[in-house]
Amino acid sequence: MNAIRVRGLTKAYKGHQAVAGVDLDVARGEVFAVLGPNGAGKTTSVEILEGHRDRDGGEVSVLGVDPAKAGREWRSRLGIVLQSATDAATLTVREAVQHYARYYADPRDPEEVIDLVGLTEKAKSRAGTLSGGQRRRLDVALGIIGRPELVFLDEPTTGFDPQARRQFWGLIKLLAGEGTTILLTTHYLDEAEALADRVAVLAGGRIVAEGTPQTLSGRAHADATVRWLSDRGYREVRTSEPTKVIADLSRHGELAELTVTRPSLEDVYLELIA
Amino acid sequence: MTTAAALPSTLSLGLSRGATELREFFRQKENLIFTVSLPAILMLLLGTVHVHEAAEGQMFAASMIGAGIISTSFVGLGMSVVADREDGTLKRLRGTPMPFTSYFIGKIVLVFVSSLFEAVLLLVVAMLRFDVELPSTAEKWFTFGWVFVLGVISCSLIGVALSSIAKSTRNASGVLNLPYIVLQFLSGVFISLSALPESLRVTGSLFPLKWVCQGFRSVFALDDGYAVMEAAGSWELGRIALVLGAWTIAGLVLVSRTFKWSNTSR
Repeated sequence: MNAIRVRGLTKAYKGHQAVAGVDLDVARGEVFAVLGPNGAGKTTSVEILEGHRDRDGGEVSVLGVDPAKAGREWRSRLGIVLQSATDAATLTVREAVQHYARYYADPRDPEEVIDLVGLTEKAKSRAGTLSGGQRRRLDVALGIIGRPELVFLDEPTTGFDPQARRQFWGLIKLLAGEGTTILLTTHYLDEAEALADRVAVLAGGRIVAEGTPQTLSGRAHADATVRWLSDRGYREVRTSEPTKVIADLSRHGELAELTVTRPSLEDVYLELIA
Repeated sequence: MTTAAALPSTLSLGLSRGATELREFFRQKENLIFTVSLPAILMLLLGTVHVHEAAEGQMFAASMIGAGIISTSFVGLGMSVVADREDGTLKRLRGTPMPFTSYFIGKIVLVFVSSLFEAVLLLVVAMLRFDVELPSTAEKWFTFGWVFVLGVISCSLIGVALSSIAKSTRNASGVLNLPYIVLQFLSGVFISLSALPESLRVTGSLFPLKWVCQGFRSVFALDDGYAVMEAAGSWELGRIALVLGAWTIAGLVLVSRTFKWSNTSR
């Protein structure tokens, strides 16, 4: 059984169709990234899956249950990592994690979770004094304290510096390594590429492409661009047979600054949402 | 895999919420200053102007306790729910297996404890500065107890219901403080009820504050003769219970109909 199964999901706000027929399958243990520009329907879709929002139409099954009718037992199997919370500011990291552990039947050990997210040195600091990156790691700790089977991460690294993002990615990989299913939304293509087994691109409330980051929208088979520096400046050739092109060119001697590139995930993405 | 039976009970989670709420409450200095101490400070300031004899001190302290618990329940709780909506507390809780009832139990614990602190501080000030005497009979304390409980619960519910109207803590301050301040003038706290025109007296008697204060005045009055100063000329204890009970039920209905987990959810 899939962790998430969605068919024909729709949701409109006052005449604006935010989600216009989304189909989605996420397997158990998979890291799945939903990409898309602001207003594409990412957050709305995820909030429907989390049971935080009503839907207008379509079928939704999350861990085998319809979120609109789900109860406490179902919630105890989910982990939701909030995007911009500033709650529990006067509690220390340890107090907050210990408190949220009480909500679950079989929580992880709070000290272990604090260590896992790298906040051991900050365990006695109040949440309100943490940096942005530390605060989001606390959010992850609170999201995974209940030993969830499925974790939702909505744009988790927005506003992070590059180093904090790398640390955060490590944390997500660790969770994925334990077999947790992860649904991630993000603006950052490198993030999707680094973390996700599969990605879907959402635009205008629909999924316009779906696949692995490496093959999205025929990326692996797309024409390559061969580029080098000649006497008359940079030259470029688009070809489906880059090896042959280089073999032909190199008969005349060394090719300066030779590169072979295929469209980046970003190129593919920008074309998809255009 | 976990089962529903293994999840902690609604009550134990509610008490755990209450402990955490109190911890957060007492770590915020503005709560200690405004919510817990303000009634005592007002008692000191206004009492110095108004209180010339023992009987006046008793009545004024009683009214101020009433006003104080409504400040902690109606204004304080309403504000704290708005803040929970604004900072993501409610959104986070909604994503956990904690039942809504536990959240509310936690808030009630918070309001009871903070109201008690506020009332005790006020009484200590009143006793030291104005020689106010505590009620001496078990019957008076019993009245004190049920007026306190009904007052706190009914005003907490109305505060939470109104918090759904306010979109931000900035709005909430107006939405909650305005009725609170106006009602203090219509409920015999700052101005004796006998000095008010009939229309204002009737308006005040529609809301809980007047009845809570009247209940406390019956407890602290030097003798029952002072009941003639009330609007009806008697303490009307039965009617106090009735009005506060009705507001509690109305509050429950309003909260269950209007409660919102976030400002955007639908």
